[in-house]
Amino acid sequence: MGMTITEKILARHAGLDTVKPGTLVNAKVDIALGNDITAPIAIDLFRKSGAKKVFDKNRVVLVLDHFIPNKDIKSAMQAKMIREFALEFGIVNFFDSGDTGIEHALLPEKGLVLPGDLIMGADSHTCTYGALGAFSTGCGSTDLAAAMITGELWFKVPESIKFIFKGKLNPWVGGKDLILYTIGDIGVDGALYKAMEFTGPVIRSLSMSDRLTMANMTTEAGAKNGIFEPDDITKAYVSGRAVRKYEFITSDADAEYETIKEYDVSNIEPQVAFPHLPENTKGISEVGEIPIDQAVIGSCTNGRLEDLRIAASILKGRKIARRTRLIVIPATPTIYRTALKEGLFEIFLDAGAVISPPTCGPCLGGYMGILAKGERAVATTNRNFVGRMGHTESEVYLANPAVAAASAVLGKIGGPDQLG
Amino acid sequence: MKITGKVWKFGDDVDTDLIIPARYLNTSDPQELAQHCMEDADPAFAAKVSPSDIIVAGKYFGCGSSREHAPIAIKAAGVSCVIAKSFARIFYRNAFNMGLLILECEDTDKFQTGDKLTVDFDSGEIVHTGTKKLYQSRPIPPFMQELVQSGGLMEYIEKKVK
Ligand code: SF4
Repeated sequence: MGMTITEKILARHAGLDTVKPGTLVNAKVDIALGNDITAPIAIDLFRKSGAKKVFDKNRVVLVLDHFIPNKDIKSAMQAKMIREFALEFGIVNFFDSGDTGIEHALLPEKGLVLPGDLIMGADSHTCTYGALGAFSTGCGSTDLAAAMITGELWFKVPESIKFIFKGKLNPWVGGKDLILYTIGDIGVDGALYKAMEFTGPVIRSLSMSDRLTMANMTTEAGAKNGIFEPDDITKAYVSGRAVRKYEFITSDADAEYETIKEYDVSNIEPQVAFPHLPENTKGISEVGEIPIDQAVIGSCTNGRLEDLRIAASILKGRKIARRTRLIVIPATPTIYRTALKEGLFEIFLDAGAVISPPTCGPCLGGYMGILAKGERAVATTNRNFVGRMGHTESEVYLANPAVAAASAVLGKIGGPDQLG
Repeated sequence: MKITGKVWKFGDDVDTDLIIPARYLNTSDPQELAQHCMEDADPAFAAKVSPSDIIVAGKYFGCGSSREHAPIAIKAAGVSCVIAKSFARIFYRNAFNMGLLILECEDTDKFQTGDKLTVDFDSGEIVHTGTKKLYQSRPIPPFMQELVQSGGLMEYIEKKVK
């Protein structure tokens, strides 16, 4: 019996020839990742354990991104304790100040996460790196402490669901819409504990940016990981960035899947997820009149250069609606710099947007665009839970960057086709 | 191990932003987190809950972020265990790793706020002390039991390393 890409990567890292869904393995991790919210607990546990060093100074990655630049005194204290730990233990990949960006945009860009890797991160959206053909999953802070010390972690091998995308993509439809549509179909726990493997002709020609967006939101379907078999697009993306050797691993033809789902993308229009769950999706034509107070373009889901370019193409020569705020957050310093060079900032500023330094900021209701009671936002982020962006009586609608930009101009949720 | 406690009932898909909102993630102090436990679902919860109380919920409890602050807040609030139809996977991992007892049980619709339950962790049996009815929770996998018996993942690792 063959194995899926997920099973193969787990088997190799556990030193086994084969694994089956349900098997518990102790596997070596290639990268252990923490951020300014999850690392403090892990560092406390690490210090309490009396460990003298991390398993590999190059493979522990610490990113300050959620509340950075420090939003208040307490977050400043958390950042400080991580900074001190990183210095003391010689963490090579510690990202702070002008080097830092949103972790899940930053690590792929820096070539720190690679095809064939097994990556654990104390952040639920660690599943993003599956876009590169890696097994990558979100864990907790205790897991991070354990991985920092031993370089290993326990995993249960997940069953895999195969998603095949066929047909021709409609205008303004991208990775965000494909994944929102999928979550709308299977539900927020539709892939609970499972691997989501994406394939088919549409996927084979999908850009890395769109793949990262899709893998990013597999946790919104409850999945353990999302994964794409590596191909020429993967190769083009990682060559020139990779800091280590990597390996392309693919699924066997006779691998077993729990379910196989097929979607014809010709039927998929830009998607909007209504409050308060990512599964509450509707096509843009069915949205109706939903006035908005704020639009946010950013996050680990859609804060990459490609996303900003799409937004700029819509905002060029236009102004956002009166009484609507637009916040644009380039996800990493490189994206920030490139967007500036390409003249995108000029377009955003002319349109009336605020440009934030790279940070998670409003995505999790941290700062930099919190909603008041009764306010409504359309955001390119990944979660629209109660109170996610501010007051418990505010609302978040999830959409792609084109819809977010168009909505900012319209002052209500709408697609680029509705602009005059 | 057996515990008896009063039920606090919540619905389906209780996410980590409801359990502990991100605005309080600028600390990891258990007592501080406990003061805001379940705040956005029930603002008075932290004041009402007493030691050994039990949180009962529908499907997919703990979905959303990886924040271990969620099980930490629940545990520090004095809650003895969480019973739900299903758990989100990172919450499930975190709970075992840091020593919060959780049980999966299909029958949580039968329990209401104010009910009293006796939970036997070895057998997975839940008894409603009012109706005296017996409910069975899903067995805890042997590896997870080993984790709990060691006192959590860190203790488990320390034992293994020694
Ligand atoms: S951008 Fe949002 S979802 Fe992504 S890591 Fe930051 S808080 Fe989490």
